[in-house]
Amino acid sequence: MLPTLSGRIQTRIFLLVVVGGPWTLIITPVLPTGADVGASYGATFSVLLVTTVLGVLWELLWHGLQQFRWEKDWPTLFGLLTGIPEGLLVWFLFAGGVVPWSDGVAGAAFVLHFTTTWLLVWLVANGPMRVPFVHWRINGGRLVP
Amino acid sequence: MSESPIAQQHARTPRPGDLTDRLVATDVWTDQMLAEAGIPVVDVPFVTFGGGIGSFVTVDYLRISGVPTSAIRVLTPLRTPWESYEYLTTVSQIPRSERLRSDSQSRPDNIWGFPSYAIAEGPKQWWNVFLEPIFTRYYTPRAGHAFTAMEREMHRIRYPEMVVPGQVRMVRRRAGGGYFTILTPPEGAAPTRRIAYRSQWVHVAVGYPGLKFLPDLQRYRQRYDDFARVVNAYEPHEHVYERLHRRPGTVLVRGGGIVASRVLQRLIDDRDQRGLQTQVVHLFRTYVAGAHGPSVFSRRPGADGWAYQGFNYPKSVWGGQLKQRMRRTSGEERARLYKEMGGTNTPLRDDWLEQLARGRREGWYRVVIGQIEDMRPVGDLVEVAAGTDQGPQLGTFDAVIDCTGLEADIREHRVLADLLDHSGAGRNPVGRLDVGTDFELLGTRNGGKIYASGSATLGGPFPGVDTFFGLQIAAQEIADDLARQGFVQRLGPGRSTSQWWKWVRNTQI
Ligand SMILES: Cc1cc2nc3c(=O)[nH]c(=O)nc-3n(C[C@H](O)[C@H](O)[C@H](O)COP(=O)(O)OP(=O)(O)OC[C@H]3O[C@@H](n4cnc5c(N)ncnc54)[C@H](O)[C@@H]3O)c2cc1C
Repeated sequence: MLPTLSGRIQTRIFLLVVVGGPWTLIITPVLPTGADVGASYGATFSVLLVTTVLGVLWELLWHGLQQFRWEKDWPTLFGLLTGIPEGLLVWFLFAGGVVPWSDGVAGAAFVLHFTTTWLLVWLVANGPMRVPFVHWRINGGRLVP
Repeated sequence: MSESPIAQQHARTPRPGDLTDRLVATDVWTDQMLAEAGIPVVDVPFVTFGGGIGSFVTVDYLRISGVPTSAIRVLTPLRTPWESYEYLTTVSQIPRSERLRSDSQSRPDNIWGFPSYAIAEGPKQWWNVFLEPIFTRYYTPRAGHAFTAMEREMHRIRYPEMVVPGQVRMVRRRAGGGYFTILTPPEGAAPTRRIAYRSQWVHVAVGYPGLKFLPDLQRYRQRYDDFARVVNAYEPHEHVYERLHRRPGTVLVRGGGIVASRVLQRLIDDRDQRGLQTQVVHLFRTYVAGAHGPSVFSRRPGADGWAYQGFNYPKSVWGGQLKQRMRRTSGEERARLYKEMGGTNTPLRDDWLEQLARGRREGWYRVVIGQIEDMRPVGDLVEVAAGTDQGPQLGTFDAVIDCTGLEADIREHRVLADLLDHSGAGRNPVGRLDVGTDFELLGTRNGGKIYASGSATLGGPFPGVDTFFGLQIAAQEIADDLARQGFVQRLGPGRSTSQWWKWVRNTQI
């Protein structure tokens, strides 16, 4: 992809809400959370929220690294791999009890939820996103100018 | 000298409906002036001429946005939009089976770039685009794939219904608003010599203004009238390869761009497959020894003489950071950035690297750094005198293949010259047609607009213009600007999605 900083942030928020949201809604009841549905939704949506908010900060770092690339591009592979550090950080925050309103998430459920959501968002960003938004790819990933 | 009877006859019966001296000399024309000259006028809101890939993608975007075929005319001598492009790629050694130099999402037949060429090609290529450019080289589509896909889209949008064959002679402003585009139809196709298209919008997409050869090549040809042994790679030169097939020889290849890469590959493929003994001397004017660039943030890889870059500009020119940055530049700064990002370069490809490494090792591929000073025929060889970093050198060759593609000044193109002289068009910091960010040809506004895209507008706020995707980006900017003037609806998410589905199902629109 060929993101600008503001395009990165806009795309991140948009896709986590528009794709990550419904996906979380669908997948949560079948996750091995060991809790009732209400609490499970609380946990998964907390993860989504934290991923989105932290993601904005991560984008600053990714954008900084992109500056070392002659082409100023962000290869498809990077978009997938950045999920690893981002996922780990979110996990540590929840496991370490840093997220004030949450009392932890189940490991297996977290891994399943996070990886599927990340994968889905990545897939959408690498193709289908261009179908409704013909201007998006030439505007550095910005949805609003 | 007495005139022949035929010439006299011609002089007596000039073809009706031709340009008059008065028309040629007048910048702004009235309807009356055309009527007096007997030139018929056809009304259509949007005219694009050139009819190559630039016209095609613009029409494609407008048709998808909802413009009816009756509101568009394409004035062109070409039978298909890729005809001229296919000629150039074929002579420069990219037949249909070989790969082009643009990425998987640069699809002139698909404004969304999705599904990309690689997706269509199959799982092996999915893997390639997933890992590129880190662990694999950039995927690029085969020429044939691009042509067959364009052919499908051409029929889907009913492009042939909009095409009017002929050559455009000039565009002039019309008193009262809009423009006249003067078409010269093919001999016998119309009762008059010219037809005027009266429109509110005109799109100029004439491709390359012309090919220019280096002075030494021109001098050689003029002096010795030999077009066979010293050739430019953009000209048909199959005879050079055939001759090497008949008897072993030495070839001088000049240039450091993608065409040089392709020509070297062809020579070495022939060596490998036909068991030839061809010796290759490769002349670089500037030898790139390693990574180069003004700072750690902009360093382009290079080695063995070549500057390596996937595409003709850094990738983010087509949508990302560099697109945004260039949009805001002007004057000298823009010219400097063009130099920094462009220049001669070639993509990294494993087969080329392997072939050249083998050639260096086995001694049949040698590199010389310098410039040709003189060439002359000696028997059936060509003697070349070059000024090199090792001092003056003399060598004889069976053929010289010049792979420097120099584009002629825009003035070499009659219509562009006319736009500069009569319609208010100007030049940008690198000397081509000056367009704005929406591809309006600045200075020509007249109750309507003239747009231009393609090579003639290089040097503008968007460097990628002379590429498939760049022409599509221009098309989008033009369509958006036309939407602001009420000609078409801006393509929003709903229509875009439904139109994409039609594309998928190959539904004619
Ligand atoms: C060898 C080569 C390889 C390339 N490879 C790639 C690639 O891999 N990927 C990529 O994205 N880009 C590539 N390009 C660049 C570019 O995308 C193509 O050249 C593309 O065809 C440009 O489209 P165009 O419409 O500007 O010009 P063209 O397709 O050349 O069409 C312009 C047409 O206008 C017509 N014309 C001229 N004057 C008049 C007139 N007065 N009246 C009517 N018609 C007129 C001419 O017949 C001409 O054919 C390549 C270019 C070359 C030369």
